[in-house]
Amino acid sequence: MRTLELTVNNHPGVMSHVCGLFARRSFNVEGILCMPVGDGRRSRIWLRVNEDARLEQMIKQLQKLEDVLAVRPHGADHAVFVGLEEFFRA
Amino acid sequence: MNRMTGAQLIIALLQRQGIRIVAGIPGGANLPLYDALAQSPHIRHILARHEQGAGFIAQGIARATGQPAVCLATSGPGATNVLTAIADAKLDSIPVICITGQVSTAMIGTDAFQEVDTYGMSIPITKHNFLVRSAAQLLEVIPDAFRIAVSGRPGPVLIDVPKDVQNQLVEFADWPAPGRADAPPPLDSDALARAAAMINAAQRPILYLGGGVIHANASAAAVQLAEKAGLPTTMTLMALGVMPSEHELSLGMLGMHAAPFTNLALEECDLLIAVGARFDDRATGKVARFCPQARIIHVDIDAGELDKIKPAHVGLVADAGEALTALLPRVAADPRRAWRERVAALKRRHPLPGCKPHEIVRQVAALAGDEAIIATDVGQHQMWAAQAYPLRKPRRWLTSGGLGTMGFGLPTAIGAALARPDKTVICFSGDGSLLMNIQELATAAELGVNVKIVLMNNNSLGLVRQQQTLFYGRRIFGADYQMRVNFLKVAEGFGVPAFEWEDLDAAMATAGPSLIHAPVDAAEYVLPMVPPGAANKDMIGGEVHAHA
Repeated sequence: MRTLELTVNNHPGVMSHVCGLFARRSFNVEGILCMPVGDGRRSRIWLRVNEDARLEQMIKQLQKLEDVLAVRPHGADHAVFVGLEEFFRA
Repeated sequence: MNRMTGAQLIIALLQRQGIRIVAGIPGGANLPLYDALAQSPHIRHILARHEQGAGFIAQGIARATGQPAVCLATSGPGATNVLTAIADAKLDSIPVICITGQVSTAMIGTDAFQEVDTYGMSIPITKHNFLVRSAAQLLEVIPDAFRIAVSGRPGPVLIDVPKDVQNQLVEFADWPAPGRADAPPPLDSDALARAAAMINAAQRPILYLGGGVIHANASAAAVQLAEKAGLPTTMTLMALGVMPSEHELSLGMLGMHAAPFTNLALEECDLLIAVGARFDDRATGKVARFCPQARIIHVDIDAGELDKIKPAHVGLVADAGEALTALLPRVAADPRRAWRERVAALKRRHPLPGCKPHEIVRQVAALAGDEAIIATDVGQHQMWAAQAYPLRKPRRWLTSGGLGTMGFGLPTAIGAALARPDKTVICFSGDGSLLMNIQELATAAELGVNVKIVLMNNNSLGLVRQQQTLFYGRRIFGADYQMRVNFLKVAEGFGVPAFEWEDLDAAMATAGPSLIHAPVDAAEYVLPMVPPGAANKDMIGGEVHAHA
């Protein structure tokens, strides 16, 4: 597992752009979190994805999206999803 | 203070971008835009007969000039009709701006009349898209759309504008600057030095040029590098015309329908220098066996193309022209006699097999002259033209490479003729392809554009028929038409003079559009052919050829 941190413009189409990119390459997104940051003009999207040979290509494609301002890859153990686990017990 | 409606603002901003022609069709949701367009003395409107035609007319303008071009469509079916032409522009990196009308903001999401989610549908087939929520946003969105369409790797941008936004009044003090291309990324001099060293050390290098060389207006730089370093040069379908086909270093097109010597030379090369090319499967065949002995230099402005299909030993994210120009002084002059003699021997021993359709292509070329622009549809005629037409200059070969859209040819030819009224535009088409946008004959006749349609008619979907013959046990199904269309009468019904092949001279001498009907035997094949998924060296040659 890897965790990706995206800084994006905050408008109604952005989630569609980001999720569509993964969906049409049949690359599963295991976890997703999104909240506005600062004055609300930007949002941060956290994605939990599988480690995969295609991940590097996915990151390049994310960086090409006009509304994606930055992509920062983190390890799987990043605290953002770990802290959420209690809300996702079966 | 400037005060106007959103629709008037769009038209004014298009004019400030230098747009002088737009192609489109009006409908309920873009009528305010059309009302504003009607008031513009600077922008000429081309009324297409189908929104896909409008999209391809814009593509023809963009491909022939290298400048962004605009098409308009209304909401719902207008938008869905234009999407094929936009997807085609995405695959071939063509800067088209598509402005669609949308139902009013308050109606969005209510299944209103002629409402579809144009924004959602266009995400995967555009470089970027916008749903405009206020007239004031247009001040940023329109220049941004143009900047995005032409920056880096070009591509289409769609702007969906609800009807109430078109009617909304907006006040603003200053006009925004027109959108222009961002500066290309800085050159990596370290990578350039490594690339030059690899070229200088190579025994059997090949230069592999793609459509990016045309987009970067870098044809002259590419030919200069090839000549200085003695590089045999192959071109993708998109790059034909970069190096004149008669040039001693030209290997022509590579891949599925290449001349045998081209694929065989690639088999032997020890260095492949890819510039503005993306290792498409029609070019590489089975990738694992493509250029098996070669190290790879890959220059592309899109970082996403590096290491996507084939890992590069040196990768350069750069404008093709800047990279080629920077390589030139770093590369040693070298005639590379032994390698060029080897390539010449391959050319002699393994030439492109001839066929009757090549003669049609060559006879048209002889009459069309050096300055003609060639548009094609998609199918056998496209490959015959790619193989046999003596292409000598960039932006003279307009073909649907990535998406392979039948119906591309006629409206694209109309767009090219509008953008370059000084030139003759030849449209090679097939009966299957022509029927897919035949309504644009009316547009061509109305405008009197100088488009000569060479219809290679085998009354079948020839490339499908060919594949069924070669790979599906000769079980021809769904590929032969049961009735013959009288294309001469159809063309004349649209007001386009039509001629039989024997009267080619008269057809070419006719002012304005004409159609030339050139019958082709359905048993003619495009050869050689690399079976889909096979290695490029495993070409099917002449054994199934009708005249073998």
